[in-house]
Amino acid sequence: MVEWTDYERTTIADIFSKMDYEVVGPAALARCLIVYPWTQRYFGKFGNLYNAAAITGNPMVAAHGKTVLHGLDRALKNMDDIKGTYAELSVLHSEKLHVDPDNFRLLADCLTIVVAAQLGSAFTPDVQGAFQKFLRVVVSSLGRQYH
Amino acid sequence: MSLSAKDKKNVVDFFGQVGGKAAEIGNDALSRMIVVYPQTKTYFSHWKDLSPGSADVKRHGLTVMTGVLDAVDKIDDLVGGLLSLSELHAFTLRVDPGNFKILSHCLLVVLAGMFPAEFSPEVHVAVDKFLAKVALALSEKYR
Repeated sequence: MVEWTDYERTTIADIFSKMDYEVVGPAALARCLIVYPWTQRYFGKFGNLYNAAAITGNPMVAAHGKTVLHGLDRALKNMDDIKGTYAELSVLHSEKLHVDPDNFRLLADCLTIVVAAQLGSAFTPDVQGAFQKFLRVVVSSLGRQYH
Repeated sequence: MSLSAKDKKNVVDFFGQVGGKAAEIGNDALSRMIVVYPQTKTYFSHWKDLSPGSADVKRHGLTVMTGVLDAVDKIDDLVGGLLSLSELHAFTLRVDPGNFKILSHCLLVVLAGMFPAEFSPEVHVAVDKFLAKVALALSEKYR
């Protein structure tokens, strides 16, 4: 089981309470598709992803970005069993969506960078550490049921 | 994954704008690396003070950032231009190359935090590719 300090629990809850899901979700997914273009392989049905402007303006990308970010809420509410919470989602990503689990890490990195841009100097090294630990556990849990 | 002409322009322009804050960027990136990835502390056991923003960290942050800015000037031939730095990292410092990725990530986080308007997705991908090429050039002499 993952051990969380009080500081980590408070910090992570704080980041999400201040987060504008409407902005951060779309921005993180768009950035992932732009910075790591091979991730576009999973979004063949999303229409125009030809360049950064198209990706940033794509409404399907924006909608999906929000979906993914809200997916993190489940982990937030169940920090003491993130692995169990995401077991079903992990099976879905493996069996149905066939997503290479390396991609979870790439999206997590983009999310970290978007949050850093939002919070500026408030995103201190300690805050970054707590946030990255949370994402690391989420990423690991999502990859857990692959076989 | 080579740098296109657009990538190079984005890198050169971006660092031209932000290079003046090299000391601040380097200090923040190194401080973050030590806190978020504690295994990196193993390379600095000879320092008196490993806390974020200490004199040792500040000084070394500037050294690293000066190297990065130098690499920007040598963007058209990173392997050739960074040869002696590669020898330093390979034979003297012997930093495991996995750590180059870690520091690169911390640099990206700092750049996003300090320059949110300038660090667009296009600049982000260009700088990410550039730092990967720098890491490769630094690893050149390892074996």
